[in-house]
Amino acid sequence: MNAQNQILVALAVASAGSLGFIAAYALRAGSHYEGLAFAVSAAALSYAAAVWARLLPVERVTDPIESYPSPREERQQSSLELETDLAAVTRYKVLRRWLSVAISLFAVSVVVPLRSLGPAPGRALFGTKWRRGDRIAREDGSLIRVNDMNVDSTLTVFPEHAVGDAQSQAVLIRLPVELTPQTGGYIAYSRLCTHAGCPVALYRASVKQLFCPCHQSAFDVTNDGAVVAGPADHALPRLPIAIGEDGFVHATGDFPEPVGPGFWERG
Amino acid sequence: MIRRLFLWLDDRLGTAHAVRTALHKAFPDHWSFMLGEINLYAFVVLVATGTFLALFFDPNAAQSPYDGPYRMLAGAHVSHAFASTMALSFEVRGGLLIRQVHHWTALVFVCGIIVHMGRVFFTGAFRKPRELNWVVGVTLCVVGLLAGFTGYSLPDDLLSGIGLRIADSVALSVPLIGTWASFLLLGGPFPTTQMLPRLFVLHVYLVPLTIAALIALHLAILWRQKHSQFPGPGRTERNVAGSPMVPQYAAKSLALFVAVVAVVVALGAFVQINPIWLWGPYEPWRALVPAQPDWYVGWLDGALRLGPPLALHLFGHTVPSPFWPAVLMPLFLFGVILLWPWIEGWITADQAYHQLLDRPRDVPARTAFGVAVLTFAGGLTLAGSGDVQARYLHQSIVVITHFYQVFCLVGPLVAFVVTYAFAGELRRLERHPQVQRVELHRNVEGGYDEDAIA
Ligand code: FES
Repeated sequence: MNAQNQILVALAVASAGSLGFIAAYALRAGSHYEGLAFAVSAAALSYAAAVWARLLPVERVTDPIESYPSPREERQQSSLELETDLAAVTRYKVLRRWLSVAISLFAVSVVVPLRSLGPAPGRALFGTKWRRGDRIAREDGSLIRVNDMNVDSTLTVFPEHAVGDAQSQAVLIRLPVELTPQTGGYIAYSRLCTHAGCPVALYRASVKQLFCPCHQSAFDVTNDGAVVAGPADHALPRLPIAIGEDGFVHATGDFPEPVGPGFWERG
Repeated sequence: MIRRLFLWLDDRLGTAHAVRTALHKAFPDHWSFMLGEINLYAFVVLVATGTFLALFFDPNAAQSPYDGPYRMLAGAHVSHAFASTMALSFEVRGGLLIRQVHHWTALVFVCGIIVHMGRVFFTGAFRKPRELNWVVGVTLCVVGLLAGFTGYSLPDDLLSGIGLRIADSVALSVPLIGTWASFLLLGGPFPTTQMLPRLFVLHVYLVPLTIAALIALHLAILWRQKHSQFPGPGRTERNVAGSPMVPQYAAKSLALFVAVVAVVVALGAFVQINPIWLWGPYEPWRALVPAQPDWYVGWLDGALRLGPPLALHLFGHTVPSPFWPAVLMPLFLFGVILLWPWIEGWITADQAYHQLLDRPRDVPARTAFGVAVLTFAGGLTLAGSGDVQARYLHQSIVVITHFYQVFCLVGPLVAFVVTYAFAGELRRLERHPQVQRVELHRNVEGGYDEDAIA
């Protein structure tokens, strides 16, 4: 097929593709048909343009590079002029100093309103919503009694009055009772990875490790949450818990240290 | 008709000469000069599809039960951001196609920028007088990454939420100002209700405006300086040869534009991307295994995985471990890339104008350095999916992580040496006595004459 016929066919295909797209859209045919028709149309147009480009007479142009640098005298002249002009303005020493002071302060005052964007960090990252005596609740708000969990199972838990609070999320694990006899085998850790804050969502009962799916830090549940692998640089904070006389698991206080990733003020 | 318009304009603006030179501007014919255009056209597609999406997307973080047609999530508590993205995918006519095309084009955009940067780097096109445009281009790359990440974070699905959480932790890791920066950016401790509306403003306004301005600057500088070119007959350090822009080059470029459209639309139609209904809405206590970011963030994710578990404690303050791989390393890497024209100029003591490009093999040290950087970034990116590889290879993730730690340290050195040697070998082959290079001339009889090239 010669070039002209090729272009002709391509343009016909492109037109058919566009019509097909309109039809697919009108009939709500879905993204496959819509996309197919549109892509066919675009591809055919592209083919037509490419063949058309070959059809054009070959032409060569050569542009000289002359716009830079400017001729020598011009450069000398204008750079000197600039310097003299500036010197004329800035020769008042005292004024110059005050000008830079005024401009700096002006610049600062321009960015000061950015302060409205958020509250001061204060102690916000140092504590969570856990209080002494808070009973431990599941995601759906239901409370946990001492016999609710099997050995080697885990639950995502919150303080009963702050269910769903991202900062307070903890993982409650039931270990074989001999590992933590005081709490009937129960043990709880912050569920925020101390590396970059992902939920430490996986538990490997065989090695008693919590595992973070984001960058694979692993924490030893039987050793105060110490890091055993991965990029995390400090242990998972442990939530102090006890079993009440009523059989509910409850916290005996907040985490002893800030939860989640490290930050400058953490110390 | 065109002619009347031309004259009408000239009557008023005196543009005849300027338009004529512009239309005949020389564009070098080598294919690699069209790589940058792919990004320009991808950006056009992004703005068009993005505008459509923005008309339907609602960044509001307020939660309500989902009641759309996707029954698997019926009743789930989702934000307006998530629900409106779901509506875009399942209810707005043509919405799913446009959403997927937008996402695919974003991937093509970032990829294209990096390939184009590679072309400019390996041929030495960044040398004097083009250092400025190199800086503009590297900045475009960074802002392009930001555009991708802010967009990825908007739908408030599980992956985007986890990504934001990690990004916030990286911000927190910056000494002195990190905590304040995080609180000002998000309006409080993560997660906040303001973060999505703010990301939305960044993603649809500030970032694209910056990109548009940088592209304009990039092209203006290109226009003023004209293209560089590969050496060849008639090409010198003070000219540029090629096809005129109109009509020859314009036809080629138009073909490229619609080809880009065809590719991204086909991808958007047939290759599912970011099916947020499978991830579900973001809830800060849920995790996804395995979780993978968009490819261009993979190197940072990988760096976070390989980084040392090392926090610095200074006078009652902490520099936590994410700082080294996710702040310091990228700053250093992009710093070196940004300043490369000056670094190379300083090493080679080269102050001359360069209109003619190098072949990569002719400047082995630079080429080897570029390949080393790519090896490093590639290793990090691969490490970003280490958990998936561990599963397929039946290896412990610890082994995989150690492998990539060693790879990222040793790999670039090996790559440097091998590339250096390989470039030398290529040049030696050209000079080999048995390889005769000849130039063919058509003679008057219609046959060919051979001329040996020294
Ligand atoms: S967030 Fe857990 S390992 Fe990085």
